[in-house]
Amino acid sequence: MKPEPVLAAVEVIDVCKSFPNVRALDHVSLRVEQGEFFALLGPNGAGKTTLISILAGLARADSGQARIMGFDTVAQARDARLSLGVVPQELVFDPFFTVREMLELQASYYGVRGAGAWIDEILHHLDLTDKANTNMRALSGGMKRRVLVGQALVHRPPVIVLDEPTAGVDVELRQNLWTFIKRLNREGHTIILTTHYLEEAEALCQRVAMLKGGRVVALDTTANLLRGASGITVEIAADAVPEAWRGRAAVQATGAFGFTLAGYGELEPLLAAFRESGIAIAEMKLGAADLEQAFLRLTSPTAATAEAA
Amino acid sequence: MSDAVDREDRAAPVAPPATRCGPAVVRAGHHSVWSLGPGFKALFRKECLRFSKVALQTIIAPVVSTLLYLLIFSHVLSSNVKVYDGRVGYAQFLVPGLVMMAVLQNAFANSSSSLIQSKMMRSIVFVLLPPISSFELFCAYVLSAMVRGVAVGLGVWLITLPFVGAAASVPEHPLWVLAFAVGGSAILGTLGLVAGIWSEKFDHLAVFQNFIIMPLTFLSGVFYSIHSLPPFWQALSYFNPFFYMIDGFRYGFFGLSDINPWRSVAVVAFFVIMLGAIALRMLATGYKLRQ
Ligand SMILES: Nc1ncnc2c1ncn2[C@@H]1O[C@H](COP(=O)(O)OP(=O)(O)OP(=O)(O)O)[C@@H](O)[C@H]1O
Ligand SMILES: [Mg+2]
Repeated sequence: MKPEPVLAAVEVIDVCKSFPNVRALDHVSLRVEQGEFFALLGPNGAGKTTLISILAGLARADSGQARIMGFDTVAQARDARLSLGVVPQELVFDPFFTVREMLELQASYYGVRGAGAWIDEILHHLDLTDKANTNMRALSGGMKRRVLVGQALVHRPPVIVLDEPTAGVDVELRQNLWTFIKRLNREGHTIILTTHYLEEAEALCQRVAMLKGGRVVALDTTANLLRGASGITVEIAADAVPEAWRGRAAVQATGAFGFTLAGYGELEPLLAAFRESGIAIAEMKLGAADLEQAFLRLTSPTAATAEAA
Repeated sequence: MSDAVDREDRAAPVAPPATRCGPAVVRAGHHSVWSLGPGFKALFRKECLRFSKVALQTIIAPVVSTLLYLLIFSHVLSSNVKVYDGRVGYAQFLVPGLVMMAVLQNAFANSSSSLIQSKMMRSIVFVLLPPISSFELFCAYVLSAMVRGVAVGLGVWLITLPFVGAAASVPEHPLWVLAFAVGGSAILGTLGLVAGIWSEKFDHLAVFQNFIIMPLTFLSGVFYSIHSLPPFWQALSYFNPFFYMIDGFRYGFFGLSDINPWRSVAVVAFFVIMLGAIALRMLATGYKLRQ
């Protein structure tokens, strides 16, 4: 007997969305399975937040469909919303209430009763216990962000979408946050996250979709994308770059020159070029293939056309 | 994951089609367009909490400023203005008008400022994300506006008692008073909701307030009987919906009015339905709330 098809946690089918002057989403389709830890990556303005807004019913697609746990986000909006928890990208808060009141309020909007113990647990994992009775106005940006995460979890939605949940959150708390989210994922919650910290996506997510200009330019497992990006990065601090390598050098924020090489085979010729042109290398740093490289390769201005060809 | 977090309104967890561990698919349960579920109750409570937390500004201040109107106008005008052929003293006449004016202005202020604030702060997403229907949003915002309006009106009525005497300001027909307080605050609460959704910044709302609400209330016969106006202004008053709300409300107090109170009821009912339909339509289509 054939097994029944598994219900997707999130299904996006051929969604288009335009704003005046911008095509924010251009025939986007993707499917996230239940229990996945999924990353939605892309440069600023790629359409990530727009896609999330459509999933959450905050925006309506011009065409195409979106489903959460099989519920259409328009036709079955109530069921779809009940199945979804969203951490918005913008740092929003209601200045009238304390942290605990915010969470209780949000729980009551979803018709959840007796959420006290769960709210205590959320507060604990987000390191907000001692801020529970503090007014939202009096919190730092990172704390407000964590309350937003808490608000998305109060009704224990099967699908949790986090739009840059760690922006502005310090390193230690970021770790705690991920530990908590990973636990939720182990317990069966589907997690979708967007982030500009690519190493987070690399460490946490099994699969990645990369958006660029409203199109999906890559949709694969993290492992496959890393394999595609097999190569190394070299950062060299020097006064100049040898003539032959000038076209491949990218000036880094540190002032050093960055090179992306196909493999270690290219390293020797690069160093030889420096030696032959008599340029002293002050400092050198090697990096292995990472998601950032794959990301740059797939989203750089020249990449999309190469990919499409 | 399985411990007690129960949902209201018959939420039966439905197993996903294929077995796979994790949180069960949850369904909201049966919900018709016109039913009011837990989301409504929560939002209504929150909206009431919102104004009561700053009661000094939302209840006390308007009560006091309305009292000032009474003191100043009744002092200045009482010897010059005759209303209902002198059957009712001017201060006594003024009270129901001021009470109703407070009800109307504060009902409008509540829903419009709540909407515009949460839109400007973007915290409106907190009520757009949960499964709260358009009708539930509508009822929560309008009912809480009515509660604030009626609370301020009640406050104004109580505080003016010592100035005009309890005997003079106890309503003759309390049911009429109640009907017009409810109808009038519903109209202005709904208008506030529409204005709050439509406005993109505080300036827009100020336009609404200064060019529609204020002139219409002041020209509605709060301070005079329209029979004392020249014919042109008298005729114009009949196009002002606020006139009917105030006149009908006043009928409840004195059994006297400029026009038949049933006509006022009809006008109020018409505006409740018309504005309600507009507001519900705006909410259902997500006008200016959902992109
Ligand atoms: N309300 C809006 N009105 C007009 N244009 C919009 C609106 N929201 C988004 N856009 C445009 O749609 C495109 C996609 O924006 P979106 O916010 O989805 O990007 P993003 O991938 O989330 O970017 P970021 O990483 O900066 O958050 C952008 O060009 C943006 O300018
Ligand atoms: Mg974004």
